[in-house]
Amino acid sequence: MRWEKVMGLEVHLQLATQSKIFSSSSTTFGADPNNHTNPLDMALPGTLPVLNHEAVTKAIIFGLGVGAKLGKISRFDRKNYFYPDLPKGYQISQFFEPIVKEGVFDVPMPDGSIFPVRILRAHLEEDAGKSVHDAIPNQTGIDLNRAGTPLLEVVTEPDFRTADQVVAYLKALHALVTYLGISDGNMAEGSMRCDVNLSLRLEGEQEFGTRTELKNINSFRFIERAIYVEAERQQDLLESGRDVTQETRLFDPDADETRSMRSKEVANDYRYFPDPDLLPVVVDDETIERIRAELPELPAVKRARFTDQLGLSQYDASLLTQDRATAEFFESVAARCDNPKSAANWVLGDVSANLNKSGVALTESPLGAEALADLIIRIDDGTLSSKMAKTVFDALWEGASDVDAIIEQKGLKQVSDTGALQTIVSDLIANNPAQVEQYRAADDSKQKKLIGFFVGQAMKASKGQANPQLLNQLLKDKLS
Amino acid sequence: MTMCFETVAALRSKLTAGEISSVELTSDALARIADLNPELNAVIASSEEQAIEAAMRADEARRDGNNNPLLGIPMLHKDIFCTQNLPTTCASKMLADFMAPYDATVVRRLDQAGMVMLGKCNMDEFAMGSSNETSYFGACKNPWNTSRVPGGSSGGSASAVAAGLAPLATGTDTGGSIRQPAALCGITGLKPTYGRVSRYGMVAFASSMDQAGPMARTAEDCALVLEAMAGGDPLDSTCSEKPVPNYAQHLSDAVTGMRVGIPKEFFSSDLNPEVATAIETALKELEGMGVKLVDVSLPSTSLGVSTYYIIAPAEASANLSRYDGVRYGYRCENPTDLQDLYLRSRSQGFGDEVKRRILIGAFTLSAASYDQYFMKAQQVRRMIAQEYDDVLSKVDVIAGPSAPNSAFLLNDTSKSITDMYMEDVFTIGANLAGLPAMSVPAGLANDLPVGMQLIGRRFGEVDILKLAHQFQQRTTWHNLTPPLKERS
Repeated sequence: MRWEKVMGLEVHLQLATQSKIFSSSSTTFGADPNNHTNPLDMALPGTLPVLNHEAVTKAIIFGLGVGAKLGKISRFDRKNYFYPDLPKGYQISQFFEPIVKEGVFDVPMPDGSIFPVRILRAHLEEDAGKSVHDAIPNQTGIDLNRAGTPLLEVVTEPDFRTADQVVAYLKALHALVTYLGISDGNMAEGSMRCDVNLSLRLEGEQEFGTRTELKNINSFRFIERAIYVEAERQQDLLESGRDVTQETRLFDPDADETRSMRSKEVANDYRYFPDPDLLPVVVDDETIERIRAELPELPAVKRARFTDQLGLSQYDASLLTQDRATAEFFESVAARCDNPKSAANWVLGDVSANLNKSGVALTESPLGAEALADLIIRIDDGTLSSKMAKTVFDALWEGASDVDAIIEQKGLKQVSDTGALQTIVSDLIANNPAQVEQYRAADDSKQKKLIGFFVGQAMKASKGQANPQLLNQLLKDKLS
Repeated sequence: MTMCFETVAALRSKLTAGEISSVELTSDALARIADLNPELNAVIASSEEQAIEAAMRADEARRDGNNNPLLGIPMLHKDIFCTQNLPTTCASKMLADFMAPYDATVVRRLDQAGMVMLGKCNMDEFAMGSSNETSYFGACKNPWNTSRVPGGSSGGSASAVAAGLAPLATGTDTGGSIRQPAALCGITGLKPTYGRVSRYGMVAFASSMDQAGPMARTAEDCALVLEAMAGGDPLDSTCSEKPVPNYAQHLSDAVTGMRVGIPKEFFSSDLNPEVATAIETALKELEGMGVKLVDVSLPSTSLGVSTYYIIAPAEASANLSRYDGVRYGYRCENPTDLQDLYLRSRSQGFGDEVKRRILIGAFTLSAASYDQYFMKAQQVRRMIAQEYDDVLSKVDVIAGPSAPNSAFLLNDTSKSITDMYMEDVFTIGANLAGLPAMSVPAGLANDLPVGMQLIGRRFGEVDILKLAHQFQQRTTWHNLTPPLKERS
């Protein structure tokens, strides 16, 4: 018997608006507690929500980005529950009529295949505040800075069967929203939070099992682990003949386990009803078309263009389009050097490795796209060997920007002058008759080994600056 | 004391002519409050010092050439409007010590118009009640007979204006809370079209129906004050941007030929016969003005009360969730944990009627009863609104009684909770449909005032105001004053 995981995702995206969804307070992260609050955020009597239309625009952009149907008329509802960080005692959300309806989002998998995920809906809602347990001894503080921050909750159908699919979806979603500029996608600051609904069933079964909801897994790193651990737990229960309880569970990465938060059965009847303080949101075709016209190229389109027009592999195209900054950097490099494959190799290779090592973002790195393109141009015209290119790259990383100046300064010019190399090769052959004899007597495969000696000597003679391909060719010609 | 029953319009002339100053007027009003309020309990917060200062500023502004029609005229606010300078309690223990850090839009606008706030009026707790008896600060009395209720929920405002404590008070009306107390106290009260006046800073009861309006002696005064209160507000998205007419200018527009619909359902067995007689006489008076009376029908009238008592408590149950003892308002002593904090703060902080409505609301919204109750009520609401719209496409105004009874006795144990809810039977329709409606003094029944209700088309305040004004030009009911004994 094999168990199959069935998963659906709810991702909360914090929309990158200047002010909150229903008040003029700032949404900037990291202010002193309760500094970004006004009477509405504190739910003082008599205050009323006023919709920030920037949040609506960003939700529409998302809907267009995943090719979803848009709700021409959407509404806000009240979701009622008591919690200290929920000042009104209800959360304003869209329950009955969400702004974004069904869509299909194509997720590129690492093997280059496409995994289509059905989006069920995406709706606007406000975030809650935060309980602070360590600021005041023996008491809990409430910080309402985050309360009222606009969220877009993206809900999928239960289409996921493996943790890899989940991770690929989240990465693609992250890429999409950062491309679209609707969210900074910053998981550490909570701009992208993921809940996984997970159940098990025996392979081949049609019915879904009882699911649990894994809440707020805030890094890509933990997701796979959380899924693994929870699936194991459910499997143990099922195999020992017990039932899975439908409940919300929290992944504790330190203890490497999931823990029950609250049981949905006993807890919450949210008593949703339309919020009478807010008017329906009407989105007309004109608005949709105006927003559509301003959309940037989406990752999927870019990916297709990279493979079809630039000849990149699916794999490279997927990696390059994972975030907009990388894709745009790559495109600038490729356009200037006219060698997309090499540009891709550099961006995904040395550039990416250096960024990881130094922990800086591409946009903050000292490396310019023009300089990298110039470097590739000098490799392609034979000026630089790949070894030399690394030296130049290191200099660029240190802040230099003029590739030719670096080559000049470091005396790195590769000798591609046939005349100069011919002299070196002729001298070499004249001075090493024994080796020449041995080479000429050897068969093809032996020759391949023996030629190394000549290449090494010639390189030495040229102080490492001989163009290796040219050198090889000359040696072969002269030795045969 | 000769000015205490003057109208806003008359006081304005005297102020403009320099016959009196705002400081004199304000001092008089404060003295009358000090004299009569201990018996009436109509005013639950006031600041003499602030009022006199505001009056001095108004007098100074007048000397500087400011001629706003409301400048320097004293008034009272229902204690549901947030005020920075006085507590805002909503007559609840829950908010007994609450000071708002901002003014409601209505408060700000009347302040900017130069009106002088004398204090805040008693009311039913969180505007839930029709007798003002649910107030945490004790019942308010009807100045016509202090053993009787002033009506509610804007009972304090109605009692205060009727007793001459101020020429004007603000009120709010969710199911009749301006019109019914206005009727029971013999004053003129106007509930504007839903969305005509901003709700910002008005403590919410049932957000889809709450509406603020003026309570005064005459339709003319209501017109003057409504103009200052009304108009779009970026802080309330349900508030209309429609331009505000100069209501006072239209008061004398012709009414001859106007068609006034008389719904037969408003003269049912629910209506006290003596009230009915007074209303029928008043309707004849309208006819005498050249108005054409038309028999109409609002067949779903009897469903209004049940519909209202599902929708209003549902919205209230959510609106009142913010009073949780966490950030402001009443908090129980020594809570042992979060659950205890919620339970005891809310159990101790709210009165019975408020708790009853929260429970009703939580029930009708619960997953198991949502379709049967809340959804159904929304459907009936739309049906009722449609009936009103249909009738109002054939007539200009609907007229009838404001309340089924005149002022009833305080602590009347023979009156059940649902009897109390039936007080709103004629007023609720205008709230469910969002229509403007007013109550105009129209006679006496057993020496107690009776109010005639006029309901207009959406944003048709001009129609009901001019009809009411011209009715008041021909009648004297609005000039009657209660037989109150001054103590000093």
